[in-house]
Amino acid sequence: MSAVTTPDPQGDIVSTPSTTHADPRSGLPDAPSGVMETVGLNVYYGGFHAVHDVDLAFGRNEITALIGPSGCGKSTVLRCLNRMNDLIPAARVEGSVNYHGIDIYGPKVDPIEVRRRIGMVFQKPNPFPKSIYDNIAYGPRVIGMQVDNMDDHVERCLRQAALWDEVKDKLKESGYSLSGGQQQRLCIARTIATAPDVILMDEPCSALDPIATSAIEDLMTDLREDYTIIIVTHNMQQAARVSDRTAFFTARPDETTGNRTGLLVEYDKTSQIFENPRDQRTEDYISGRFG
Amino acid sequence: MTSRRNQIATQAARDVTLAQLDGSNRGGQWKGAVFKAVLVLCITVAIVTLVAVVLQAFFTGLPRLDMNLIRNMPSSIDRSTSGMQSAIWGTVRLMVGVAVTVVPLGVSAAIYLEEFADRTKWYVRLIELNIQNLAAVPSIVFGILGLAFIVRGPLDLGFVVYAGSLTLSLLVLPTIILTTREAIRSVPGSIREASMALGATKWKTIWKQVLPSSVPGIMTGTILALSRAIGETAPLLLVGATVFVTYNPDGFFEGAFTSLPTQIFAWATRPQEEFRILAAAGIIVLMGVLIVMNSLAIWIRNKFTRTW
Repeated sequence: MSAVTTPDPQGDIVSTPSTTHADPRSGLPDAPSGVMETVGLNVYYGGFHAVHDVDLAFGRNEITALIGPSGCGKSTVLRCLNRMNDLIPAARVEGSVNYHGIDIYGPKVDPIEVRRRIGMVFQKPNPFPKSIYDNIAYGPRVIGMQVDNMDDHVERCLRQAALWDEVKDKLKESGYSLSGGQQQRLCIARTIATAPDVILMDEPCSALDPIATSAIEDLMTDLREDYTIIIVTHNMQQAARVSDRTAFFTARPDETTGNRTGLLVEYDKTSQIFENPRDQRTEDYISGRFG
Repeated sequence: MTSRRNQIATQAARDVTLAQLDGSNRGGQWKGAVFKAVLVLCITVAIVTLVAVVLQAFFTGLPRLDMNLIRNMPSSIDRSTSGMQSAIWGTVRLMVGVAVTVVPLGVSAAIYLEEFADRTKWYVRLIELNIQNLAAVPSIVFGILGLAFIVRGPLDLGFVVYAGSLTLSLLVLPTIILTTREAIRSVPGSIREASMALGATKWKTIWKQVLPSSVPGIMTGTILALSRAIGETAPLLLVGATVFVTYNPDGFFEGAFTSLPTQIFAWATRPQEEFRILAAAGIIVLMGVLIVMNSLAIWIRNKFTRTW
């Protein structure tokens, strides 16, 4: 909650005015192409209704940002997109999440296969306690991916994650020897090593300082050329800077139980959301009146 | 005028503070001193007892702490040159048997309980509770179990080394399971999530990430478990560790055997002075092995302890 209401530290570093889109993409179609979409997505944790009726479509080679106050279910929605919520025993998902038109919650779908195509970067950098090289090579190895030359593959992934020049002389050192921002880029390199189609990022910069954050944001813009990126962020300026489309979520308290259920308020092009929101709640949130 | 008033006010504030912070007139300070003295007394009793036992054994056994002890077989005729080679080899074989049995068994059980078992099920909770209870069962009970089920009964191995190993394995299995679970639990969930998110199966995640990270904890637990097993006497007496064996065990599955603690027990019950000295020398050897094993456990723990 505080990340939303307090002035953002990144405002000092990045000179772009916070509420305008840094790089408005001229060719952005009005409707997303729909590489993934959720239809009537409802998520429950035991008896707790966490997310209510979310319909979203994510466009190919676009960055979609999910923003909103704490507890509004944006991370929950993100974790539904590659079935990471399956790992939580009490979680139950209703509705459908379509990936290329196929419901990934369908009876014949293997969640392991889903996660191979839809990668994820987590809030806190979580490299494996292995060497930098093995951190990258682990994914291709465990999924049995055919890689002609692992050394080249590792280099390619590290280059794509803009980390190669910093680590090329210490590939055998532990991933934990890197700084937080480098660790997060290592995690991104690890994610793209299995050649996913979609990359989910759950507040990837919230544990990083402004300079590392700006490096990750540049990286996201580069990665957009090859991947579809969906990012959850607490940081509105970040959404404004990097994303093509923004979905605003909020939490609505239940009349009887008081439990807060997350719901989607507004979903549009980022420029539209930040400059001309249609919903009053979005405008209040964007302008800092509510958080 | 104002500055004078300020000075008085400052001085007054300082005096009040000083009076409040002064602890010399607090009542009951002696209670703290007495409490501390009691604690020191307790630790002194523990340490003095330990040192006395060790020193007593050391000085009694010193004259016989020679190569004959290792080189020769036990003998009741040549008391001055009698050794305990058969007991040393018996213990080595016993421990090898325990290690190869209990580590795979205990680690697998721990993985199941920690990663797969549904803790909402009553039978899982029952198993968990019983593992902790098992750790507290007297060792003689395991000896009787070993006699009934391993030496005779279903397994029918006879009085052989591996029967002893199996019995000791049952005895230390709870230790291994508990320490391994602890080690597995200390691997952060973020590592599992990262592996799963890459498309690794649960099995691969456990095998390639969780287990390698748990190895230090598992090894520490294993060494501590073996240290417990190496000193056990009572269950071994029941499952066939004969008190007087003058040849090394033929193998894991044949022939009579003895072990260090059983041999010490046998010597200590004899009236002659030479055997008392021999027993003390045996105790020194056993304790030396124990100290080495425990130091190894501590070293491994410190060397591989990871902060996440």
